[in-house]
Order: sequence, then C-alpha cells, then structure tokens
Amino acid sequence: MKGMHLPDIRMLLQGASPRSSEMFPELNNLLNTTPDKAEQGKLTLLCDARTDGSFLVHHFLSFYLKANCKVCFVALLQSFSHYNIVAQKLGVSLAAARERGQLVFLEGLKSSVDVFFQAQEDPHPLQFLREASAGNLQPLYEFVREALTPADNGEAAWRCPVLLVDDLSVLLSLGMGAVAVLDFVHYCRATVCCELKGNMVALVHDSGDAEDEENNTLLIGLSHQSHLILRTEGLATGFCKDVHGQLRILWRRPSQSTARRDRSLTFQYKIQDKNVSFFARGMSPAIL
Amino acid sequence: MAAVATCGAGAGGTESMAAATSKSNVTSFQRRGPRARGTDSGGPRLVSIAGTRPSVRNGQLLVSTGLPALDQLLGGGLAVGTVLLVEEDKYSIYSPLLFKYFLAEGIINGHTLLVASAKEDPADILQELPAPLLDDSCKKEFDEDVCNKKPESDIKMKIAWRYQLSPKMEVGPVTSSRFGHYYDVSKRIPRELIETSKWHGFFLPEKMSSADKVECCSLTPGYMKLLHFIQNIIYEEGFDGSNPQKKQRNILRIGIQSLGLPLWGDDVCCSENCDSSHSLSKFLYILRGLLRTSLSACIITMPTHLIQNKAIIARVTNLSDTVVALESFVGSERETNPLYKDYHGLIHIRQIPRLNNLICDESDVKDLAFKLKRKLFTIEDKVLYK
Repeated sequence: MKGMHLPDIRMLLQGASPRSSEMFPELNNLLNTTPDKAEQGKLTLLCDARTDGSFLVHHFLSFYLKANCKVCFVALLQSFSHYNIVAQKLGVSLAAARERGQLVFLEGLKSSVDVFFQAQEDPHPLQFLREASAGNLQPLYEFVREALTPADNGEAAWRCPVLLVDDLSVLLSLGMGAVAVLDFVHYCRATVCCELKGNMVALVHDSGDAEDEENNTLLIGLSHQSHLILRTEGLATGFCKDVHGQLRILWRRPSQSTARRDRSLTFQYKIQDKNVSFFARGMSPAIL
Repeated sequence: MAAVATCGAGAGGTESMAAATSKSNVTSFQRRGPRARGTDSGGPRLVSIAGTRPSVRNGQLLVSTGLPALDQLLGGGLAVGTVLLVEEDKYSIYSPLLFKYFLAEGIINGHTLLVASAKEDPADILQELPAPLLDDSCKKEFDEDVCNKKPESDIKMKIAWRYQLSPKMEVGPVTSSRFGHYYDVSKRIPRELIETSKWHGFFLPEKMSSADKVECCSLTPGYMKLLHFIQNIIYEEGFDGSNPQKKQRNILRIGIQSLGLPLWGDDVCCSENCDSSHSLSKFLYILRGLLRTSLSACIITMPTHLIQNKAIIARVTNLSDTVVALESFVGSERETNPLYKDYHGLIHIRQIPRLNNLICDESDVKDLAFKLKRKLFTIEDKVLYK
C-alpha cells in the first residue's frame, strides 16, 4: 500500500488498549504523539470532504486539555453543551476546564444572537455580524490574543497556548471573504504559534464539486501553511455501516523547500460511541 | 406512555417501511424530567412536555415531525433546538405536505406555532392543515394494508395492533398522549382545533408595508424582520427561559415556507452571482442560534432546485441540522419507469445531525421512496426486485 510505514502499522496492530477515558488513543498512535510530548508552534489543518470530520475537533480539544495547555476554542458550529457532553465521553470536563481558567470558550451560536439583536458597547469578537459590508476579523483576533496571552503575574500555569477553531468555513458563510479569513489565520499564527510558541488547529470543509471559490481559496491557502493536515473523506463507494470514512494524514514542512516528499498515511475509520477505531484500508474488522 | 408510543409508531411503521430499521430502539424506560437542550447544563430539570420524548441515544428532547415514518428515519424525531431543512421538490407538490404535517402535529400536541411565509397568508395555511386520523379510521386504513400482504402472519399482527392501541381519542379537541400521529390529507383540520391553538403568523407583504427603519447589516430586510419577529416571540413568551415573568413549559414550532424565493427580497434563486449571497446563510446561522437557546424546533422548506450557485446550497446544508430532500417523479422520465410505478417520488435523507454525540442515528436504508396513497403519505424502502 502506498505510503505505509511499517513500524507504524506494527504499533497499530499491537493496539493500545483503548481506555475509553482517553481521547482517541489510536489516533495518538497514528500521529505518534501523546499529551506529554505535544509539539509546539504548529498549525494543524483539519479538512473534511463528503463527510463529518468533527470527531477530529473533539479529539484535539480533549488532547490539548489533557496536555495541560491553555486552550482558546472558537466554537462557531455547535453549542457549548454539545462539546461538553462529547468531551465528557472522552474523559474531559469542559465546564471544569473553563472554571479553572484553562479553557476560554467562544460559543458562536449564543454570542451571535447577543451581538445581532443588541448593540454592544465594547467591540464584540463577532462584531462583523452587525456590519453591512464585509469587514475584517480583527475583533476576533483581539479576543484570541487576549485569551491566550499569559497573565502578567509571570507564573506559567499552563504548558502552551492552543487555538482551536470549529470551523473556518462558517466565517465564509457569514460574509467574510477568504482573504479576510486568511488574514485572521495569519495574525493568529504569528501570535499563537510564533510569539507564544503555541499551536493552532482549524477545521475547513472541502466543498468538493460545489464550486465554492472562496472556500477553495481558503483551503489551498491554509494547506500551504500547515505542518499537519488531517483529511477525512467519505468513501467513494458510498455509505458503509462499518467504515465511516477514510483519514489521510499528511506531515508537511511549510517553511523548508521540500526536497524530500512529505510523509503521508491513509487509514479508514469507524466512529463509535466513545472512540474512533482506525484500520488499514480494506482491513476493517467487519470484513476480516 | 413510552411503551404505547413505541407500539403506535412501530406497528404503523412496519406497514410503511419494508426494511424496518431501528424500530425497537425506544424502550419502555422513561426518564424522569428529560434535560432539554435549550436550558443550561446545570439548569433545572424540565417536567415532561406534551408531544415530546427523550431520545434513547442521548436523552435529547425530540418532537415528532408529524410523519411517523420520517421520525423513525431521523432516529426518533426532530431534536428540540434544531432546524429541519426540506429541499422542495420541483413543482412544490409534496413539500407543502411535510410542512403541514409538522404544523398539524403542533396543534394536536398543543404546541405554539409560528408560521412564516412570503407567498401565502399563514391563516390560510392553517385552514388547510390535514385532519388527524382518529382511532377508528386509522385502524381501518391499516387493516386494509395488512390484508393486501402476506395472509398468514397478519392475523396475529392485527390482534396485537388492536390490543395495544391506546384508548379512543375523542372528536376535537383531540387530546392524545401518542408521539406522532397520522393525518388524512383529504380532510381539513376541524376549525375548533385551530381556534383553541396558539399561533403567530408572519406574512411578509404585511410586515414589509409597515415602515420601520431596519438597521442595515447585509441581511435582506425580509429576513431581518423575520428574525426580529421570531426573537420577539421567543423572548415575550418565555421560550428561552430568560423572561422571569413567563415560565414556559411548551414547545414553539416554527415553520418557514419557501425560504429563498425572490418574494423574500433575496436574489439567491435568480442568478448565480447574487449580491446578497450571504444573506441566506447568515439568516440560518442566527436562526440556529435562537433555536439552540430556546425550546423550539423549526422546519424550513427551500426551493433549492432554483438556486443556481451550488456553493450556497452546500453552505446552507452545513448550517442546517437535519436535511431532507424530496424528488418527485412528476414531469421526469421516471414517471413512466415501471420500477417506480407505485411511488410518487424519492426522499433523500441528506444530513442527520450528530448532537451531543460522536455518532448519529443513520438509517441503514438509503434508497427511500414515498407515495401519497389513500390519503396517507408513506415512506418505503424501494423494493426494486419484487
């Protein structure tokens, strides 16, 4: 199989016993990472085509909270209770993390109602919803920067800051141009990844053949800047009960010219109640 | 109560769905005080609201769409706080039926209705709602169906069906503890039922004539007014729990007919590069924000076949929770195709939300056809090889 690296498969087949209290241990194995040794200064792009890649968002959210990082979560797609209930299945309480200051949560749906129906005194991160013409995302960037810049008292309470966005395509639907969103990502990367030595994870939908120019621009622009791309795709053959889709992992080196090829792995997966299991293509336990 | 609901939906469902999927999912275990999505995670538990039931999978509060077969395909019903987007069929023949079933179900359950339309007066829409099938005629309909099929086993099925049916419903005001009812589209709903129900209408031509200054913010004025109207009702009647005077224990059913038509002032159906291309998606986003923070459920029918820009359809789908598309055979070559002769069209379940969960209740059956037969709208697995 193309791109398979033998030691990784062995690790996969040995199988970490999936403790359902962890995030997705199999995914950690595939990415060769654990909460203790999370890398820093990286931009990870999550992308889904013809399927729902939100399980990756849940994974990274609980992963970084377990890694003791300070997380700023710009959650535009679902309500806080949705993410909280799923996170509890993965062993993390978002409410508790928010209480102790580890998690800054921007609940897009709820905030949008607040900012839309009532003029706010201070600039609101979703201020652009009230504007007539396409503006920019500066208030949102300011919100992120304020959330993740460590307090002046000097104590390093958390490991490193992490910005998580679910998802960037929604910003396009709300009237932002692709350039404005790319600017926002650029500013966030400069602050979060370079200045604060943290990480950034963002989800973008791949609209496929829906001819969404803006979305394609955003996706291509982000792909070039990312260190790690996780791309979930629905199966080309259609719906299958035992295989929900295919995950392609691509490790990149955006800053260096790639004399050597980027490393990539492809797996198929099945989502369960509290876990996601991965297997090599065509090796679903249901078929073997 | 849940047990009876199961049998009602399940037995009726086996008639309609040849490939009965998860019909035995609902158990008789009834949780006390299901947690509604609209309240905070630490909020008070709600007493059981009429016409709702908790989802087996995650305790999510569900309401019926008015079509028990569709409820089953959606994993038990429509979750409170979510949007059901119905992509209209080409000549808008069958999508109004789903719209009306949803509203009629609200009236039967005593829910408050909010009906919005740009082309039809909501009062007229309500007059044309289908009448609920009472127990006697309901039994007769299904007995006929059962007789047409295999002879041996249906004697037992008939007895089981009659035995477990709940006590007779009275003629109007219909009080029923069942989740999901059947409707007769050839009869109109009794006027007394409409008069005793609580409803709010938003008829765009009326609302636009009043010259209020609406703050410009890249939403078409029609959508702006509708959002303000909905938000007002939710706040005034206490569906979001924020009004201290109003303690609401009811569901608000919102029905928006043919969203996106040029009648709304939106040109998304007119041209590919439209000026207000973000208006519709922004409207949906804010609407969803309103729904998530209140005890309401919304059905929107949209003539997506008129939208030329496929990107907008993709965005609208991503911003909706449940998406169902109707494709009627009228005027297409399938009308004369012998494979489809028993059916009026196809129904596609395009999207089912994953709420509070990593997985969703996807039905295994993907080829679904519908037919309007003997006044009943049924959904069946397409049996291509008889």
